[in-house]
Amino acid sequence: MTIAEKILSAKSGRSAVTPGEIVEAYPDLVMSHTATWRSASVMQRVGATRLYDPDRLAIVLDHISPAKTEKYAADQQASRNFARQYGVGKFYDVDAGIAHLVLMEAGHVAPGDLIVGTDSHCTIYGSLGALGTGIGYTEVTSVWITGRLWMKVPESVRITLDGRFSTGVYSKDLMLYLIGTLGADGCSYKSVEFYGNAIPALSVSERMTMANLAMEMGVKCAFVPPDLKTAEYLQARLTDARPYQPVYADTDAVYLEQVDVNLAQLEPMVACPHEVENTKPIGEVAGTHIDQAFLGSCANAKYEDLVVAAGILKGRRVHPGVRLIVTPGSKKIMLEAMNSGVLQTLLEAGGMVTNPGCGACAGDGGMLADGEVCLSTANRNFLGRMGSGKSSIYLSSPATLAASAIEGAIADPRGFF
Amino acid sequence: MESIIQGRVFKFGDNINSDVIIPGRYLIYIDKERLGQHAFEMLGEGFGAKLRSFDILVAGRNFGCGSAREQAATAIQGLGVKAVVACSFARTFYRNAINDGLPIVECPALYPVVAEGDVIQIDLAAGKIHHAGREHTFPKMPDSVRQILELGGLAEYLKAQLADEAHRAREG
Ligand code: SF4
Repeated sequence: MTIAEKILSAKSGRSAVTPGEIVEAYPDLVMSHTATWRSASVMQRVGATRLYDPDRLAIVLDHISPAKTEKYAADQQASRNFARQYGVGKFYDVDAGIAHLVLMEAGHVAPGDLIVGTDSHCTIYGSLGALGTGIGYTEVTSVWITGRLWMKVPESVRITLDGRFSTGVYSKDLMLYLIGTLGADGCSYKSVEFYGNAIPALSVSERMTMANLAMEMGVKCAFVPPDLKTAEYLQARLTDARPYQPVYADTDAVYLEQVDVNLAQLEPMVACPHEVENTKPIGEVAGTHIDQAFLGSCANAKYEDLVVAAGILKGRRVHPGVRLIVTPGSKKIMLEAMNSGVLQTLLEAGGMVTNPGCGACAGDGGMLADGEVCLSTANRNFLGRMGSGKSSIYLSSPATLAASAIEGAIADPRGFF
Repeated sequence: MESIIQGRVFKFGDNINSDVIIPGRYLIYIDKERLGQHAFEMLGEGFGAKLRSFDILVAGRNFGCGSAREQAATAIQGLGVKAVVACSFARTFYRNAINDGLPIVECPALYPVVAEGDVIQIDLAAGKIHHAGREHTFPKMPDSVRQILELGGLAEYLKAQLADEAHRAREG
């Protein structure tokens, strides 16, 4: 069996499952973010008064935080009240950061877990070997109450990565390359497993970007099989001393497709408006004027990402025509970046730093006016996602973003090392 | 939900994402009417209003890709749209549509032959679409899933289940 097949069979009490089958699975964790109040209101509407298991809930108020209108304030209040009323211990308020990063940092995600949540980028949990996938808020309510949901066992795709990235190229570039090559529905409903001799050298942070961006080729879930780096990351964080069992695919597991990539052959990539699959090598877009540079999101606002950007910006200046907005992914990341001087570097170079969270990625601050262009390290560049329907969003790695912020136009980061 | 849905078709291309269906700034709402007022507004002023004169959306590949926002399905219903037929759906949209009581059908054969304004008839129970004297078949949904749709969505389904449990407990 593949990793997805093994996790789904374990969580549905079966000894084996095959792709296409529908199982009743019991997730280990149900994440809800800003949508929590909506799920709570459904709970009221259906007349339920009990949770299947409050310990399986995690709530993080990340999008639009702190509240920017009275309506948001009331919604957040409802979420807070819900958490209190039902004794939800894994509750993180508006100061914590982006749900995905907060949950992994807090040690709530372990290999082999099944995690569902009100966000499509739940796929990111696969960076630690957990099956994460997004569902809607009504379905979250249903899992809160019944503890389970129906899931279709996906077919799996194997992606083998060999070689090493050249300087200035990162896992974001790899993912943009894959999304551009395979298409926005290239792995629709599939589970993707990453293998190859390139994996051991990739940091957990780089793996998070991979599993996060995999969503943009339509995956149900994505995995980097746990190894020593995973164990190290978890050791520092799994505070609840929860025993976990890494799940690996069997040697005779069946894959629908096999994709091979040599990392050494990749160059910096950019996704052009208005679809992530619309990717181009940096050379074809270099010189495109930008008004805003957004270093943020669950894809690329981790500590390592800020370090990469700061490394390029140190001793240089952001172009006067560019607003560089830095939104650290979580409070922990922000603290680390503060202590190490990374935040200072970014500020001194001419950037601004906002509170941790989704920020401009969710349309919270940093909106774009008609005709404006933003380069962003996020994972989506859909029409109007950051403001005006007449604005444009390009996506890149933090390195390309930093280089471009300096140039005032999309720029190849390789000239900055 | 009725098993036979008939109406005029509006045709979309590939990869219509959920940010375009309903922009993030309106996720503060969960009711059909209000979401319907802002559905597809990124595609230009009056676009949503125009869609109201159609009954069924037909789309290419990967309809509803992107964000897992359930309101994408709600907003479409807010426009008075009765069903969506696409070559394929993104999985989160597929689930959300069912959970929201919006009938959706995967039928790639219809796409190349149907035009805006055409009238089609969808027979959900039989797994058939009638269009211009031709019949296209599509795989029927699993019973458990169709039951959710028939009750008008997951919330109604949950409500019925809870009522059933309470009833049994009393009888018990
Ligand atoms: S950072 Fe952006 S993509 Fe990630 S959860 Fe927040 S809004 Fe979604």
